[in-house]
Amino acid sequence: MSLFYFLAFLSIFFAVMVILTKNPVHSVLYLVITFFTFTVHYILLNAQFLAVVNFIVYMGAIMVLFLFVLMLLNLNKESEPMKSVLVKVIGVIAGMCLLVTVAGSMRVIEISNPLVLKNPDIGLVENLGKVLFNEFLLPFELSSILLLTAMIGAVLLAKKEPNKS
Amino acid sequence: METIVQNIQAVPINHYILFSSIIFSIGVIGVLIRRNVIIIMMSVELMLNAVNLLLAAFSVYHGDASGQVFVFFIMALAAAEVAVGLAIIVMVYRNTRSIDINTLNKLKW
Repeated sequence: MSLFYFLAFLSIFFAVMVILTKNPVHSVLYLVITFFTFTVHYILLNAQFLAVVNFIVYMGAIMVLFLFVLMLLNLNKESEPMKSVLVKVIGVIAGMCLLVTVAGSMRVIEISNPLVLKNPDIGLVENLGKVLFNEFLLPFELSSILLLTAMIGAVLLAKKEPNKS
Repeated sequence: METIVQNIQAVPINHYILFSSIIFSIGVIGVLIRRNVIIIMMSVELMLNAVNLLLAAFSVYHGDASGQVFVFFIMALAAAEVAVGLAIIVMVYRNTRSIDINTLNKLKW
């Protein structure tokens, strides 16, 4: 039980560090640690498939993409634009208002009893694959088209325009 | 395996909701207070991850696998979003030599 609270503390701490560090590269590295704690959360929830996918997609693919773009743009601490203190304070107040609203709306929900899991191995690859390829077959195929479109769009966007130079 | 299942049962779902709200709010604050486009996109990723974890928690608590399939789709969507978004950022950097969002005021009314 205390493992969840320890992990939650670690996640929140590293998530705060992501938005507070000045150096963008450090920010990306803190985000990697945050995603790793999320992976451990998935393991704790007995959702092995999501844990593996989270590990591969977020920590493997997306973070490498972020780091690659950061290195490509050659940014560092000196060129990092910072907002004024007033905007920061207003942003923090707005975010805290959102948190209070969400947490306050939670209070009308009654405290849930720790329930008995109906199906403990629901997150295994076998069960999830059956659901994915039976009920969600059409969205699965559509997401492949979405990924293809995103890939073509990214290549077209990042290509240099030949008539400019 | 048994210890993991007992672990989940000891944590009520309210705590997962609160934890996800906190992470989501940190993402919102990050979008509001930073001017670096890449860090703003990373804050968006943080928000997506908070929602993912909450979906997975609800799915596990209700014994319904649909929530975890939704998480899978959200991850595919996030990958597509990051690919296109980073390509746009590279284009913006090539044209303006900066990734400060305050220089991107061409769409201002």
